[in-house]
Formats: sequence, structure tokens, C-alpha cells
Amino acid sequence: MSGSAAGPGFNWNIVTDLRSMLAFEFMRNAFEAGTIIAILAGIIGYFVVLRRASFATHALGHTGFSGAAGAVLLGVQPVYGLLVFTIATASGMAFLGNRATNRDVEIGTVLAFALGLGLLFLSLYKGYATEAYSILFGEVLGISASGVSFTFWTSLIVLAVLAMIYRPLLFASLDEDVAEAKGLPMLALNLAFMVMLAVTISIAVQIIGVLLIFALMVTPAAIAVRLTKRPLTAVLVSVSVALSATWLGLFISWYEPYPVSFFIVTIAFALYVIVRVGKALRTDASPRLFASHPHDAGPT
Amino acid sequence: MAASAPLPPATHPPVGPTARSGAPAIRAERLEVRYRDKFVWRNASFEVEHGEFVAVIGPNGAGKTTLFRMLLGLHWPSAGSLSVLGSAPHRGNARIGYVPQRHTIDRETHLECDKLVRLGFPGTRWGPGDRFRPTVWGPRLRLEAERDAAAQVLADVGASDLGSKSLGSLSGGELQRVFLAEALVGNPEMLLLDEPLSNLDLRRSRELVETIHGLVQARGVTTLLVAHDINPMIKCLDKVIYIANGRVATGRPSDVLTSESLSALYGVHVEVLRDSRNNIVIVGGEDDHGEEGA
Ligand SMILES: Nc1ncnc2c1ncn2[C@@H]1O[C@H](COP(=O)(O)OP(=O)(O)O)[C@@H](O)[C@H]1O
Ligand SMILES: [Mg+2]
Repeated sequence: MSGSAAGPGFNWNIVTDLRSMLAFEFMRNAFEAGTIIAILAGIIGYFVVLRRASFATHALGHTGFSGAAGAVLLGVQPVYGLLVFTIATASGMAFLGNRATNRDVEIGTVLAFALGLGLLFLSLYKGYATEAYSILFGEVLGISASGVSFTFWTSLIVLAVLAMIYRPLLFASLDEDVAEAKGLPMLALNLAFMVMLAVTISIAVQIIGVLLIFALMVTPAAIAVRLTKRPLTAVLVSVSVALSATWLGLFISWYEPYPVSFFIVTIAFALYVIVRVGKALRTDASPRLFASHPHDAGPT
Repeated sequence: MAASAPLPPATHPPVGPTARSGAPAIRAERLEVRYRDKFVWRNASFEVEHGEFVAVIGPNGAGKTTLFRMLLGLHWPSAGSLSVLGSAPHRGNARIGYVPQRHTIDRETHLECDKLVRLGFPGTRWGPGDRFRPTVWGPRLRLEAERDAAAQVLADVGASDLGSKSLGSLSGGELQRVFLAEALVGNPEMLLLDEPLSNLDLRRSRELVETIHGLVQARGVTTLLVAHDINPMIKCLDKVIYIANGRVATGRPSDVLTSESLSALYGVHVEVLRDSRNNIVIVGGEDDHGEEGA
């Protein structure tokens, strides 16, 4: 949706800009839902990166597509279909074991099947083009006030669960065998995490869509772990990146006639490139610094 | 315990000196283990005394890791009896420190070593972090106590300088020291170290064995170490558990590592040779068991 026709153009007074765009309810809803989801995605994304579950995350989003398409066909809110399909798939992955989240072939096979199913549902449904588009790429400007409140309460539950299992989950994600020997309930933790991941994906799809879920769920955390070695700081950085991308994306989309999701993924991608290149330049520079050190001067 | 008695039910372990004065640290009687219908080894009877330093040796797939998993209560014997520190093995035994063979940690793990070691304290605690939760001591005191204890175990394994480094940036030897520190958190009475030397060169292996042997002596901690090459540690060992061909032989290194004993174990003729520097070389038996000496 293009906002450029709705309000005055951009000027460098950000406060005035924000005030004029937040005068519209759909923009307020978008900012509220976007903020909640960015916080949640930033937090859970850290565990996704730690557990190397990014492909599973990507795939869960895609299986959500068939759920959403099925829901549309049945005439219910897509988010319920998303929840059912992603939770079912995530639970299946959890029961296959923690390492199963890394089994590319199995996950990819289920993924292709789910997409095929989604395609069938869509073809059975008549006015499929716009529905499919918003499921695939998100429709944050279309979120209603009740959608925001659903997002809020769901996120609160996910956050509460994550707060309860934070440390055992961190331990189990980092050092599986030791955590198991220490008596942590690995299956329960795995299941709890995967279900929370599924719920997060389901509500994040509203903003970013199933195809672009990676940018909000994985990229911010991937940036964070390259910037800090501390879990809590990494979570904070990850949340900040997700928030920046979402806010900035929404802000820019008010003035430009292109989709919000495009701006969000572009900002996330740009930040990722900056961090990777910055890191590469630094590690490239260090051997040269050390080479001038007398101990490393020549072969011994 | 009768030789063929079934495994006693899991009970709360007797803690402290009573356990130490009575039963040995590990007692296995006619122990047999399998996965589904596949035998790993059987009829193993051996004891490990408190404070002993024991090498567990054998070819790949012999069942060394499985022995550890049984001691940790993660896998149950199919026959025979096993007691650990005076009680039946049970999961979550805080008196055992464990360094598994494979970690999920690799080059891509961007996390401070100190954080991993400190997870040993509250890693199994539920609820929000102490930072956000008032405790009896006050969260700060507890955090500080844990930080000091983590620094202490890192110092004990000669890794004081690694605390603030990223796990992904460590060398193989440094990583093993951090894992060792993680296992030492909580002052365990027994250490189970699964192939800590496998990626180390001979010098690093010897250094790490020295550190481990120092811990055995200073803390009196019973230590079992799985290794492919016995040579880096042969001088400090009290006992060898040799697993091969579905059988287990136990005893002093000088008794187990003989041509007769290993030939009986493998069921084929095996030659135990010593080179000019007294390194042990085992010829025959299985090809892939890596006992190639120095
Ligand atoms: N979870 C399992 N399920 C079935 N078989 C297993 C399992 N774990 C190990 N095994 C088998 O048991 C044998 C012993 O394995 P392991 O104890 O890991 O050997 P080692 O540590 O001596 O190399 C191997 O043949 C292995 O294939
Ligand atoms: Mg093994």
C-alpha cells in the first residue's frame, strides 16, 4: 500500500513526519504490531542461530503458507491456519530430535509438499491473487486493531514461556550432551522451543510474509552474534536490529510506493552486509598488525 | 550384590564419606549392554576405586561412549549390575562431571567461554535469569559467587586467560580445557572425559593429561578418560579398561597391555611392542583402533 498520497511529504522534522503518519489508524496498528513482532523475533532468533535451526525456521514459514491458504479457503483468519500448520510441523521436528532441525533433506521434502498443498488450496479458492500475495509477502498495513491485540497477547505468552525456559534452553542449545546428562528434559525443551518458534513465525507472517520470514527471524540474530559474545547482549542487539528494520521500513514505506516488506528485508540485508564486511576488514587487518611483532617475524 | 542380581531401583544416593568409605566409585558385575538387538559388549566385571585415574581404550565403535552413557544414567544395561558412587546410575547426577565426545560448539559459536562455564551452575535452573530475580542472597551476590567460581575452575585447568574469549576462536586444546572447566563446576567426585585428546598433537595431549592428572591428585576426583592412544598418559594411570570385540578387560596397565591379555580380548593374535622410548605399539587386532604409539 502506498502512503504517499495520504499525507504531506517527507521533511527533516521526524516528529512531524511521525505525527502525520500516526494520525492514521492503520499506521498506528502497523507500528504496534511491528514493534511487538520485532521484539519477539529478535529474541527467538538468537536461539534459532544458536541451534542452527535457520533452515527449519525458513521451512516452518513455508508450511505455514499452506495453513494460511487452507484457512482462507475455509473462510477463517489466515493466522489460525498458520498456527495449526506451523505448530504441527514444529512438533514433528521436535519429536524427531534436536539434530533433526538440521536435516536439510527431510525438512526440504516436507517443505515442498507443504507448498504444493498451499498451491492446491489457493487454486480451489477463487480470488486468490491478493490473498496469496499478502501471505507470501506480508501485509502489515492491513492489520486491524483486533489483529494487534491478538498479536500482543500471543507474544506475551511466548515471552513468558521463553523467560521461564531461558537458561535451560540456552544450555541445551549450546551443549546438548552435557545438558542431557545434567538431567534437563531435552524433548520437552525442544518441543517448547519449536512450538514458540512456530507461534512467532505465524504472527510474524502478517508483517513480512512466509517468503521473507528469514529477514526478521534470523538475520538480526545473525548480526548480533557477530557483534557480541554475550547471550543477553546478543538478544538485545538482535531485538534492536529487528526493531530498526521494522520501524525504518514502515517509515520509508510511507513516502515510497513500494511494499514495507521490501524495505524491511533490504535494511536487514544492508546491516548484515555492513557487519560482515566490517568484521572481514578487521580480521584481515590483524595478521598484518601481528606480522610486525618480533615473535612472529620469521619461521622458528 | 549378587553377580546376576537385577539393577537396583534408582534411589537417592548416599552422599559424603559414607559413600566413599563403603562401595568403590564404580562397580560393574557381569554387565551387558546392547542397542535394541545389537550387542555392544557383555560380561564385564570391574571396579574403579575412588580417586583413580583410568584410561578407557578400544577401537571405534567398541562401546566406550556407551559405557559413559550408562554411568550417567542415559542408557540402561541389558543385564548385570552397575553402581556409581554408591548408587544406581541416574540422570542428572550432580556428582559426575562430563565432557562428551562431540559438542555442538564449533567455529560459528560466538559465545564467551566464561558464559559456557557459568551455565554449569544455573543452566538447569528454570525461571527468569537471576539478574531479574531477587534471591535469598540477592542476585548480585549469587552472580558474583558464580563468576568467582567460574574463574577458579578456569584457573584450575590452566585457562584463566580464556574466560573472555569466544568459544569459536579457540584451538582444540584450549577448547578441551574450557570443557574440562565446565565439567568441574559444582565440584564433582567423578569426571568422565570422552576423547578429550582426539584432536590434539602429542605435546598438547601430554600437557592436557598433566592438567587432568593434577586435578585427580589435588581433588581426589575419580577420572575415566577415553583415548585412542594410551602413550601420553601411561605414566599416570592407575587402571585401564580395554574394550574390544564385545569384551572388556580391566586391570593395571602393565597387566592389560600385554600380548596375552589383548590376544585373548580380540580373539586373534595381537602383539604389544615397546619402542626405544618405551611407547606402546599394538600390532594386529583391529585395524582402525589407532593405537599407533608416538
Ligand atoms: N543410539 C544408538 N543406537 C544404536 N546403536 C548405537 C547407538 N549409539 C551407539 N551405537 C552403536 O554402539 C556401538 C558402540 O558405540 P560407542 O559407544 O559410541 O563406541 P565408541 O565410543 O567406543 O566409539 C557402535 O557400534 C555404535 O554403532
Ligand atoms: Mg565414542
